[in-house]
Amino acid sequence: MAQSLAKEFTKGLWAEIPPFRLVLGLCPVLAVTKSVENGIGMGVATTFVLVFSNLLISLLRNVIPSKVRIACFIVIIATFVTIVELMMQAYTYELFLKLGIFIPLIVVNCIVLGRAEAFASKNSPVMSIADGLGIGMGFTLSLASLGAVREFLGNGTITVWGGVPIFEMGGNFLPFKFMIEAPGAFVGLGLMLCLMNLIGKK
Amino acid sequence: MGDLFVLAISCIFINNILLAQFLGCCPFLGTSKKMETAVGMAMAVVFVLVMAGTLTWMVDTYLLKALDVEYLRTVSFILVIASLVQFVEMFLKKSIPGLYAGLGIFLPLITTNCAVMGVCLININEEYTFVQAVVSATAYAIGFGLALVLFASIRERVNLARVPKPLQDTSIGLVTAGIIALTFMSFKGMV
Repeated sequence: MAQSLAKEFTKGLWAEIPPFRLVLGLCPVLAVTKSVENGIGMGVATTFVLVFSNLLISLLRNVIPSKVRIACFIVIIATFVTIVELMMQAYTYELFLKLGIFIPLIVVNCIVLGRAEAFASKNSPVMSIADGLGIGMGFTLSLASLGAVREFLGNGTITVWGGVPIFEMGGNFLPFKFMIEAPGAFVGLGLMLCLMNLIGKK
Repeated sequence: MGDLFVLAISCIFINNILLAQFLGCCPFLGTSKKMETAVGMAMAVVFVLVMAGTLTWMVDTYLLKALDVEYLRTVSFILVIASLVQFVEMFLKKSIPGLYAGLGIFLPLITTNCAVMGVCLININEEYTFVQAVVSATAYAIGFGLALVLFASIRERVNLARVPKPLQDTSIGLVTAGIIALTFMSFKGMV
């Protein structure tokens, strides 16, 4: 039991890490990774929704009729997204403004619905929490690393939390503005995907 | 009238939903391997987005704002979109089977297309009037179709090229999308 729990948890961190292995939920990945801070914020919000929607869907998996399951899943997910939205508005307002419409858009993030359909609706609540936590943390990790690459090249800084950079390049560094603009997101993610293919087996 | 034209141009080119706002990237990468599927998806999105944009604006103005329950926006919008997609699917199947066969599996996929939900939310956040909301939904949908069809035609050519192994498929697709996004950036000074 403990072993399979650990397995469900760690698969999200490497073997099935979104969005590199599971190419799902690309929109927030591309849009919010202008800095590490945004990436982490988005990742944590998505993890919260993933864990709780997985838990609830898993608890209700024998009650929900299979014909209307997608609609039920979406309502459950939307409820948790609303909770996150209101909480972020109350406690981390600046981050909430920066992430903008991508917070309500967690509802249509394919990763969340994908885990509900592929995992939570078939497994026990404890396993589903482990799965949600693993996938969520993997997602956060990917967002943070893409954010780090883009922020470092595009702005010469790395900001982890609170708007204050923990690392800044010296005066001679000319930022590569392209990287924090839209095209940089696509090219950056494309090249990171290539790197993942290069170092890991598919 | 002039304002609406400017709005339409900026929604299609400058703030292109895919290349500048990153909404709807999953179908963008998923359905762009063949021209045929790209055209199907583009048509389905135009169809649903215009209707969803109109409907959610009305729901927000006459229901949520009137009853002062704006915090239910996310839940109600996704429900409107999901039921709209279901309804459109049933309607087309019965009355226009030709179009239904053409759109095929792309219709149900639209429920989780964040471009649809995204545009509905943008319309509300920008506080557009009814006419502006309809124009922006139509223009964003056209922009989506334009980017998707452009991307698919380039991707068909890339498939014939010899791409290094680790770069194959999605990876080279994203880099290509980046280059298209770069060309779309040059529209920025237009309006």
